[in-house]
Amino acid sequence: MSSHHESIIREPLITGDNITYAKITEDILAPVERMPGRAWWIGFTVASLGATLWLFAVSYTFWYGIGSWGLNKTIGWAWDITGFVWWVGIGHAGTLISAILLLFRQKWRNSINRSAEAMTIFAVICAASYIVAHMGRPWMALYSLPVPNQYGSLWVNFNSPLIWDVFAISTYFSVSLVFWYTGLLPDIATIRDRAEGLRRRVYSVMSFGWTGSVKTWQRFETVSLILAGISTPLVLSVHSIVSMDFATSLEPGWHTTIFPPYFVAGAIFSGFAMVQTLLLVTRKVMGLENYITMFHIEAMNKIIILTGSIVMVAYSTEFFIAYYSQVEYEQYAFLNRYFGPYWWASWSMFCCNCVIPQVLWFKKVRRSIPATWVLSIIINIGMWFERFVIIVTSLHRDFLPSSWAMFYPTWIDISVFIGSIGVFFTCFLLFIRVLPAIAIAEVKLILKGSSEQEKKKILADGHTDPAQAEFYKDALRKFDSIEIAEYEKV
Amino acid sequence: MSSTKFILGLFEDPDEMMDGITLLQQNSIPIYDVYTPMPIHGIEAKLGIKDSRLGYASFMFGCLGGTIIFSIIYYALVHDWPMNIGGKPAFSVPDFIPLTFEWTVLYTAFGTVATFFFATHLFPGRTARVMDLRATNDRFVIAIDAKGNTPHEDITNLLKEAGAVEVKHNDRKYVSYE
Repeated sequence: MSSHHESIIREPLITGDNITYAKITEDILAPVERMPGRAWWIGFTVASLGATLWLFAVSYTFWYGIGSWGLNKTIGWAWDITGFVWWVGIGHAGTLISAILLLFRQKWRNSINRSAEAMTIFAVICAASYIVAHMGRPWMALYSLPVPNQYGSLWVNFNSPLIWDVFAISTYFSVSLVFWYTGLLPDIATIRDRAEGLRRRVYSVMSFGWTGSVKTWQRFETVSLILAGISTPLVLSVHSIVSMDFATSLEPGWHTTIFPPYFVAGAIFSGFAMVQTLLLVTRKVMGLENYITMFHIEAMNKIIILTGSIVMVAYSTEFFIAYYSQVEYEQYAFLNRYFGPYWWASWSMFCCNCVIPQVLWFKKVRRSIPATWVLSIIINIGMWFERFVIIVTSLHRDFLPSSWAMFYPTWIDISVFIGSIGVFFTCFLLFIRVLPAIAIAEVKLILKGSSEQEKKKILADGHTDPAQAEFYKDALRKFDSIEIAEYEKV
Repeated sequence: MSSTKFILGLFEDPDEMMDGITLLQQNSIPIYDVYTPMPIHGIEAKLGIKDSRLGYASFMFGCLGGTIIFSIIYYALVHDWPMNIGGKPAFSVPDFIPLTFEWTVLYTAFGTVATFFFATHLFPGRTARVMDLRATNDRFVIAIDAKGNTPHEDITNLLKEAGAVEVKHNDRKYVSYE
């Protein structure tokens, strides 16, 4: 039941006094129901300029062909596939939060899952755009599907990881979209029932006629659980398959069995960094400090340090296995990676992903918003370099020294990349304006058990173990949204 | 004869609403439905609502998706156009697994959600049958069919006793229609 009180030693997930169900609705819907502020307009202007740049650069690519990129016959994959893997990876945190944390009954996911899932969807859109752009002739995308044709039919090669990728990414995108939208229905209904006129009609269509009856909620929760159950292996499979694009080749530097788990860990690592980048700003600008608390920020930082460490072990293992394999090409690939002409990219990757995030072992850093935000940007950069290093440094020098080459991006390469970030932020900013950035119903669900005010009442009753109460009060010190002085007298 | 069609008990606390259900049940007053802004755990058991059978549908859709894609791959790679790849067998099952898995997931997801929408009558543009506009916001609403359940004052008193902040006697079933 909703009145179930949890142990006092658990930190609250909703802070603030006088939080009622009505206040939760008001707080979360405020950005949706009123005109956007200046911060939003500035952000939106910059982001949509970026999106325009993307539109221009991709159109230019289609008009003049892939030759407008810096690719050459040695390096056929460069910034495009780097961008693709980077964006897909970023998307993974959303599914981890919405699916895996749901299965593990982590209640703190309730206030961050909505925006993280939205992030997943926009990131996968950006990723897919790279693949279509790389085709040069985008209508050729049709031939990646097993459709009957006049050549036989000549089918796609179902043995190829590139085809698996088509299926994996499209499944991942559509399942994430369905999961996200189903979760949105009750919240859209909330907007609908508060709105008037045209606005009400629009949200009414979007709400699918949601009423919140007992049977609806029961089925809704069943659907959530089933979707979480299937999204969990799905998200792991997606980046595993992305990694097989490389791992099943014979290219030194790619041809390693460690790739699937290593890519998945890296994906979650970069995804959580992007969640931090977005949510730290969102929470401040939209005044959601009571729902996305320091506990959430610290919990995500803990996941970042864990996955970052897995990534570091993977880098080291790769290096060791290259030596241990006694394959000279493999050994050369890894020495060249760190000490060849692309040393700066590899060391940027290593510093940004492995060395600098180690500061997250310190509580002070984990609980500092500016430090977390800067770190999240550093990790985003580091993970971009990781993909660049894997792709370009492996390709640029392989078996035939006569084919060795370097990759130099053209201004179109750079514009497509910067533009895709613009597309992502444009989508995200539009999302927080028209849909609730926090799952309203799910936050209401934890109000009676896990909020600060409820725990304060328990403390005031005085039936708690003094040691536990002291422990709890001490834990509250890290929250920036709690006035700790109030607890001196309790 | 009163024109009241539905009696709504509006609660601001889910636990008080659960007490209200208990009280109504003790007085043998049938509950039409309960509308809440969030899922209430344990309410199904209390109202005697059976477990959802959506899981069975999901399972069937998953099997269907896996079978379809496996058949397509088998037809394309083994039957219609077998290729000689280094002399290896055309029917290379391990290579079929990733796609079989993907479509199992795809069909499960879409099938489950479609079944949910179908069974619950949710579709884009459906006019919401809302009894009280605050049931999606901050009110936990117990709806009682007024026909045959009399006297209405007793029901009102029971709801008040359980802690209802407001009791409505609605002449219309749904307030959401224009």
